[in-house]
Amino acid sequence: MADVLYGVASSHVPAIGAAIDHGKEEQPYWRPLFEGYEGARKWMADTRPDVIILAYNDHASAFDLDLIPTFAIGVADKFPIADEGYGPRQIPEVIGHPELAWHLAESLILDGFDMTICNRMPVDHGLTVPLSIMYGSPEAWPVKVIPLAVNVIQYPPPTGKRCYALGQAIRRAVQSFEDNQDLRVAVFGTGGMSHQLQGERAGWVNTPFDTAFLNRLTDDPEGLTEISHVDLLREAGSEGIELVMWLIMRGALSRKVREVHRHYHVPASNTAAGLIVFEGSEANVLL
Amino acid sequence: MSSATREYDDIPGTYVFDADHHRKGYHLNMMCMSLNDPKNREKFAAGEEAYLDQWPLTPEQRKAVLERDWLGMLQLGGNIYYTFKIAIFDGLSMQAVGGAMSGVTEAEFQQMMINGGRNDNG
Ligand SMILES: [Fe+2]
Repeated sequence: MADVLYGVASSHVPAIGAAIDHGKEEQPYWRPLFEGYEGARKWMADTRPDVIILAYNDHASAFDLDLIPTFAIGVADKFPIADEGYGPRQIPEVIGHPELAWHLAESLILDGFDMTICNRMPVDHGLTVPLSIMYGSPEAWPVKVIPLAVNVIQYPPPTGKRCYALGQAIRRAVQSFEDNQDLRVAVFGTGGMSHQLQGERAGWVNTPFDTAFLNRLTDDPEGLTEISHVDLLREAGSEGIELVMWLIMRGALSRKVREVHRHYHVPASNTAAGLIVFEGSEANVLL
Repeated sequence: MSSATREYDDIPGTYVFDADHHRKGYHLNMMCMSLNDPKNREKFAAGEEAYLDQWPLTPEQRKAVLERDWLGMLQLGGNIYYTFKIAIFDGLSMQAVGGAMSGVTEAEFQQMMINGGRNDNG
């Protein structure tokens, strides 16, 4: 049986991707950030999930103001790397898992989540930077990826509660996938942590908020779903509201999880960067 | 719904991209989005004024783009992920733009981030 066994939440700051692409990981500015990623990379190399369902937000790449899906799932065989204005990142294209993606789309819609279904979906830093953080710079990504784009740019994004419930529905959907490969699935939630890119308040960072968020993600995720958008804007910053996507990841895991890795560092460009890795339990383990 | 009071209005220095903001900035943001295409970047480089003629921008929006008034673009309906496409075109970092919006130099902004970011409620 396919199952969601792993969860990763990570910031997706474009500058982190650029630092990897341009060999800056050893520079003094970047070293403390990348040092903290080493354990997670090693865990990833040992764990090797078959598929990642990756919740991220598109930043004016695949979608623009003409079409703003709240939740969109990519069902294509592959996803090209978006040109965000610099030319596309020189990284391998992202290979999808259309069979599981279509199963997810059907199951989620019948389970009450009205997904937008996408074939043409160039993927931007929101999706690719977390892959680079976890896998470095391979010739080809050693995993299939199902992009799950979440609107967090147009106010209002989906609520934390809804995101968490979507994660739970993803878990049910994966567990009902009929295959004979026993797919081992990881769910990623990306974006955050506290940051604000815009306005006179640009550069906002709230480390006490972030620390509490990381702690509660492990122990009290349902409590986190009670945080209102206004409080997220205020406490985590206007772009920190991306943290709702971390709740999709957490909802997809078993109620009890083992936290296997955590890293938090300020700054990565304008952002407080966070990474947390969980191992969950299989469906048939009673908790 | 227009100009209704919002619970987030009191957050200082923050322009939430809500319905009002979207309606004000739709064309400005779509113009910025067009710079994802390398052919459009060439055209923009060849003549910004003529390039901007393709979108029904307000005179204030036009001026803000030409003068790289990053805060002005936000106030006129811009969204940072869209207006940042112009900064990418100019070869500017997010810290340079963050500094410009908050009234400090890029170096000062960078140093503030290294010191733990802005956390003074301002
Ligand atoms: Fe983002």
